[in-house]
Amino acid sequence: MTGNHQALALLLFSAFVAVTLGITTWVSRRRQGSAEEFYAGGRLFSPMENGFAIAGDYMSAASFLGISGLIALFGYDGMLYSVGFLVAWLVVLLLVAELVRNCGRFTLADVVAARMRERPVRIAAGTSSVTVSVLYLVAQMVGAGSLVALLLGGRSEAAQAWTVVGVGALMVIYVSMGGMRATTWIQIVKAVLLLGGTVVLTVLVLLRFHGDFNRLLLTAAERSGHGEAFLAPGLAYGGDWTSRFDFMSLGLALVLGTAGLPHILSRFYTVPTARAARRSVVWSIGLIGGFYLMTIVLGFGAAAVVGPDAVRGSNAAGNTAVPLLALDLGGGAGSTGGTVLFAIVAAVAFATILAVVAGITLASSASVAHDLYASLRRRGGKPRSEVAVARVAALGIGVLAIALGLLARDLNVAFLVGLAFAVAASANLPVLLYSLFWRGFTTRGAVWAVYGGLIPAMVLVLLSPVVSGSPESLFPGVDFHLFPLQNPGLVSIPLGFLAGWLGTVTSAEIPDEAKHAEAEVRSLTGAGAV
Amino acid sequence: MSYDDPWYDALASGWGEGTGKGTGAPTAVRTPPVRAAGVPAARGREGAAAVADVYLQVQRSAAFQEVRSRYRRFVVPAVVVFCAWYVAYVVTATTAPDLMARPVSGAVNVGMLAGLGQFLTTFLLTWAYARHARLRRDRAALELRWDTQELARGRGGES
Repeated sequence: MTGNHQALALLLFSAFVAVTLGITTWVSRRRQGSAEEFYAGGRLFSPMENGFAIAGDYMSAASFLGISGLIALFGYDGMLYSVGFLVAWLVVLLLVAELVRNCGRFTLADVVAARMRERPVRIAAGTSSVTVSVLYLVAQMVGAGSLVALLLGGRSEAAQAWTVVGVGALMVIYVSMGGMRATTWIQIVKAVLLLGGTVVLTVLVLLRFHGDFNRLLLTAAERSGHGEAFLAPGLAYGGDWTSRFDFMSLGLALVLGTAGLPHILSRFYTVPTARAARRSVVWSIGLIGGFYLMTIVLGFGAAAVVGPDAVRGSNAAGNTAVPLLALDLGGGAGSTGGTVLFAIVAAVAFATILAVVAGITLASSASVAHDLYASLRRRGGKPRSEVAVARVAALGIGVLAIALGLLARDLNVAFLVGLAFAVAASANLPVLLYSLFWRGFTTRGAVWAVYGGLIPAMVLVLLSPVVSGSPESLFPGVDFHLFPLQNPGLVSIPLGFLAGWLGTVTSAEIPDEAKHAEAEVRSLTGAGAV
Repeated sequence: MSYDDPWYDALASGWGEGTGKGTGAPTAVRTPPVRAAGVPAARGREGAAAVADVYLQVQRSAAFQEVRSRYRRFVVPAVVVFCAWYVAYVVTATTAPDLMARPVSGAVNVGMLAGLGQFLTTFLLTWAYARHARLRRDRAALELRWDTQELARGRGGES
């Protein structure tokens, strides 16, 4: 890439960083330091603002870069991500959003712990929330790294590493200084930028093909070298039964994982009522659905305009398909239009990564301070402010995510996100649904549901071909893969539900009728909600 | 001061704050009025038991059962339908790619239509749910909310 790309992209990106840092300082100027303010931004965002922020939290670099890249490389099979990521929001809207808003204060553990013995449940739910968040963070960090590699041309390892470090440092600043209020505004700015950039590119792709979607598909199929097969399922996940089950596993994880993502759940607490939470989800479904429809166009557009070979040549996992598409649509390398468009897309993708990373860091620091530290700290020790603990936790999580992000930098980001979703669906969703809807659910059931999903999911990932045994894995040199699937969801999600049921039926604890009544009345009416 | 109410225990409620950190007037202004009218944070053992009774009483009331059954009558079938439709889509895509590859018009095949159909059904269901909740549930739930909070405040013995 030429120096012009770099200069312009860096300029735009610096502008975004300056604006967001400005927001952060402006917000922290009037900071009050209360937990209400830090975790929930004062709870007074409007449904539209929160809808944009949810969309901003959700439309990650994985979607923008990863999904389009997968469609560009594998055609139809990449589309599964778009469909699964959107349909998942029905689970959130119908079963989770309003009830969670009414029952909880800041985290997932609040909802579950209310009916149970507090300590064990809080520790379990806090642990799984932090695990999911860190996995998701790694995916975003990898996205940032591969974007920079493209931007600076070649495979500059040092530049990639420094980007990951820089993104990590910025996210810690945003979160620890600005809390939820700053994070929410950053999400809103980013959502607008990302949607704007995606609309422009989609329109340009459609203009290139004179608005003829049919011809776009035909050209993509032709250039892919697979012909008609490019437009039908089977290229990535066809063939043997292992990969077919992998596809089902992924599909299940995508649709059930969203409702267990801690940074999505914590967004519902930034609005005043359950009704506002519902309306913000409706907003976000509209925005997210439109966005994923456009990623389909961009993916097939990249296949048709850039060609899968060029995409693969730039990044084997396909993460750079959209920036390459932008370069071509603007007039090709060396042209002014191409340079500008490329720079804009790169800067938007950067902004996306930064914002999502900030949202996840905030949610996981809330889990550390509000759930883990609050339950594990020594009685009678010097009490520290919860918010101060959360700020330190943000720093710790930042360091951890940077380290793992450097380790995993060659994996496809959409695929990494698939893993995070599988763990969220296995560890967080069963316990959440049981405690919202099952009268007889007990403390043991809750603890078992969390660990019974979390541990199998993590162990299966460690034993999967992702970690060892194939040339693309994390440790290609060794082979200890015993589990054939890349995504553990198909096994670990049912295990999570099963463990929760088993723990409940084997426990001697008699479920407290009054607490269940309180939980149910609160969840459906909002009585006593903060 | 004892914290028997699990919803307002010491662990969950922002411990260690407010020690000279300015959680004064601005917070009070910013907190939604709901909280002021809600269940008092600290109350005695009898108060807590009485409030627990309030929730049992509300749960058994006809008004609450109506709200709950309206919610369930919509949500349960809707969840079953969209889950079945999504699982059918994923399973068909993996086990019967030939069916998905069957052309419909031009380059558009069955699989493409099914994928876009998922988008369409998601939008439709979102609209239907929001409408149902707005027209059939919101008002009743809000009334129950105020009634419950009034009762709880009365029993809790504090204002």
